[in-house]
Amino acid sequence: MTSTARPHSRLPAPLLALRNIIAFLWRTPTSAFGLIVLSVLILTALFAPWIASHDPYLQDLNNVLQPPGNGHLFGTDELGRDIFSRLVWGARITLRIVFLVTVVVGPIGLLVGTTAGYIGGRFDTVMMRITDIFLSFPSLILSLAFVAALGPSLNNAIIAIGLTAWPPIARLARAETLTFRKADYIAAARLQGASALRIIVKSIMPMCLPSVMIRLTLNMATIILTAAGLGFLGLGAQPPLPEWGAMIATGRRYMIDSWWLVTFPGLAILSVSLAFNLLGDGLRDALDPKQMNRR
Amino acid sequence: MALSHIRLRQVAGQVATIAITLFGLLLLTFVIGRMMPADPVRAIVGEDASRETYEMVFNQLGLDRPIWEQFLRYLGDVLTGNFGTSIRTGQPVIEDILHVMPATIELATFAILIGAGLGIPLGVTAAVNKDRWPDHLVRVFSLFGHSMPIFWTGMIALLVFYAGLGWVGGSGRMSQFYIGLIDERTGFLLIDSLLAGDRDVFWSAVNHLILPASLLGYSSSAYITRMTRSFMLDQLGQEYMTTARVKGLSRGQTIWRHAFGNIRVQLVTIIALAYGGLLEGAVLIETVFAWPGFGQYLTNNLIIGDMNAVMTCVLIVGCIFILLNLISDLLYRLFDPRTK
Repeated sequence: MTSTARPHSRLPAPLLALRNIIAFLWRTPTSAFGLIVLSVLILTALFAPWIASHDPYLQDLNNVLQPPGNGHLFGTDELGRDIFSRLVWGARITLRIVFLVTVVVGPIGLLVGTTAGYIGGRFDTVMMRITDIFLSFPSLILSLAFVAALGPSLNNAIIAIGLTAWPPIARLARAETLTFRKADYIAAARLQGASALRIIVKSIMPMCLPSVMIRLTLNMATIILTAAGLGFLGLGAQPPLPEWGAMIATGRRYMIDSWWLVTFPGLAILSVSLAFNLLGDGLRDALDPKQMNRR
Repeated sequence: MALSHIRLRQVAGQVATIAITLFGLLLLTFVIGRMMPADPVRAIVGEDASRETYEMVFNQLGLDRPIWEQFLRYLGDVLTGNFGTSIRTGQPVIEDILHVMPATIELATFAILIGAGLGIPLGVTAAVNKDRWPDHLVRVFSLFGHSMPIFWTGMIALLVFYAGLGWVGGSGRMSQFYIGLIDERTGFLLIDSLLAGDRDVFWSAVNHLILPASLLGYSSSAYITRMTRSFMLDQLGQEYMTTARVKGLSRGQTIWRHAFGNIRVQLVTIIALAYGGLLEGAVLIETVFAWPGFGQYLTNNLIIGDMNAVMTCVLIVGCIFILLNLISDLLYRLFDPRTK
């Protein structure tokens, strides 16, 4: 009953819901941490040129492997590049991965899931079999194989992750579709002569969208770790790109004497993936009606 | 009679499902293998082979045939146990893999023991103390394990426990000093060294195993903890728990004997799946710890583009997953009376 106390609110319903969710997340310390870290990540990526103290690609061979301090907040790497600035620019790469994987996985998963669920029958069986085959692999190993086939690069790593990350989304979208396939409003649309395609796109997909978005947030931590793992194995972003996983891979050789080369990029990966996990955990609670009432 | 008929149909359905999944798996590995940029002919004949030699090998490999015929040939080869030869080692791929597999199994088995040993008690504790501080503590601890980039944690752990404190062995399965001293009988170093009666090698192997296995175990404990917690919560909310308490059983007895007793089957299936998931962590952790296992074999071949080896590795991982799913399904049916 609290939300009715704002009669002047002109916000459209989805934005209002979003605001309520954020307010709910903010009350739990763990998901608040997740929100803060992700906000910092987004701001860092947006304002990278102003936040970074140095050019992330500028080599300074007189100042290689400098420990933190002396004008370099996190020290310098084996080519004298400023590690802090590279991390700041790397935030853009991380966000790019998050964004592109969402753009690839969301539509594929939605399309496969909703069409399979709506059409049903043989088509459904075949589509779900295909989904199961993809699901029968651990995502990193399948992405590894795809990257090997496509050739190592950041974009191919993103494509490979996208190819392996859609099956859970498809399964979810199908389950959702099955619950309101028989709903009256769908029947009404059909009686008005709407084609199957139109019903799927206009009436079913929007209904599946919220749960798909939550699922994507929950999977984002795994996606980030897979991307970093590919970068670490030399199959993702290629040097000199300041991708965090790749930075750890090159820093590995100097690790014993220069701990800062691997420590800071690793902390960055850890905090972002932890943030997504905490946020996903909180979102699950926020959107579970039973939990909402209890708190 | 009618019951056994239903059973039979169930089994037949399951076999058909597995066959279709396997077929799809083979199609997938075939496509990946064909998409790989490395030229398989060049890899065999070398850079400066004559045109005739190149074409001869090209035809021998069947690459001149239509693509569906190539796929049928691949199917036939795999079904007869011929997975091709590794370009890098010149050995049949399957022999290479059988050679490296024990190292990974040894690592994964220790890891799952640690993961289950950590995850199950934590999950039970969290469920019993739902929404109190132990629950939150366990939640953060296990989310941490789930969020860490394991290759990085591996390096930091090496820095601290090996380079810094000197508590454990460094990379590899044993100290350089002992390599070649032990006859390889089973491939499992712990067993081989015991068979040979060499305690020094045994302890060196344990010393090298403990760190990567703990890290893998910690990362898999996140999943085990979370599932244990939710299974336990289901049970703790049931009425029979109250009945048991009313009958005069202690809290500990109801938790461990009644509630935990009922989730054992579910736990076994979860642990079976987590064991398969360890293969993924093994790829990264084996690279960090120079562990000569399956993960390292796969990444090495990926980087040089050894098609046969990569296809077979992917196929094997897929098969292991199908098998683990099947085992957990069967266990479920065997032990859970409700599924009958």
